[in-house]
Amino acid sequence: MILTSTILTMPNSSPGLVPLQAYLVLAAILFCIGVWGLINSRNAVRVLMSIELMLNAVNINLMAFSSYLDGSLIRGQVFAVFVITVAAAEAAVGLAILLSLYRNRVTVDMERFNLLRW
Amino acid sequence: MTIANSTELICFFVLASVVVVGSLGVVLLENIVYSAFLLGGVFMAVAGLYLLLNASFVAAAQVLVYVGAVNVLILFAIMLVNKREALKPIEGLQVRRLISGFVCAGLLALLMRVALITPWEVPGPTSIGEEATIRIGEHLFTDYLLPFELASVLLLMAMIGAIVLARRDVISSDVGTGREVTQELIEKTQEPLLVDKSST
Repeated sequence: MILTSTILTMPNSSPGLVPLQAYLVLAAILFCIGVWGLINSRNAVRVLMSIELMLNAVNINLMAFSSYLDGSLIRGQVFAVFVITVAAAEAAVGLAILLSLYRNRVTVDMERFNLLRW
Repeated sequence: MTIANSTELICFFVLASVVVVGSLGVVLLENIVYSAFLLGGVFMAVAGLYLLLNASFVAAAQVLVYVGAVNVLILFAIMLVNKREALKPIEGLQVRRLISGFVCAGLLALLMRVALITPWEVPGPTSIGEEATIRIGEHLFTDYLLPFELASVLLLMAMIGAIVLARRDVISSDVGTGREVTQELIEKTQEPLLVDKSST
């Protein structure tokens, strides 16, 4: 009884105990892992996955700022929805380009896509 | 500390560790299929973080779009280009990995410094919690109407572009005149166009 009343009387609109910085640090870690994977992957599919990781890190930042600092104007959430849309389009076109590349070069090794190398 | 608060903390730490470990696995694992499934796990954990932030609509969109569409697309791409090839060893790979690791660690230090030193104005104005879905709808149809419509055009362009890039069949005759047209620049004819002959 006490438990339910505690949960019900908790101001559910206020951000909880987790500080804003925790979300920011988590997003930074995720972004840096994505950058490392983007540089070091030799499989082209893994490069696309790393880009998705980086986009997710940015989305976590947007959502955390929207929830902690923006009050009732949740513009960060709207931006996150747009980022998700663009990420879906990017994934579709990226994988189509990857298929087309694979048909032409018969490999997915990033080191051998060197036609434009100086 | 109430039970709800400690539950929130525990949920945050579990989800954050799933995100970090899963993304490390995505980047580091040898088998790309494991990476793809771990990526789905990372997306689900990020959706859980959105639920912790009182954003149920974006969490649902994350699950539907990322786990349902992007991850499945990546799995299909893995199946379509599934060739077990032995990657040619390149010299200085470890050095390159180490240097890029240092660069990324520096970037991480910079970002964490910014995140931890900046005096954020918390607690800000009270957030609206579960009313967020209604407010997103109002935003999308009033002040963000133009980006919303542009997003639909962008999705259409991406869909057509993906079909054009990835299709296999060639329309060999013009629809209007009935003459033969060649589309060799965008389609594979008999042989791959740019086979790397130096390595084989």
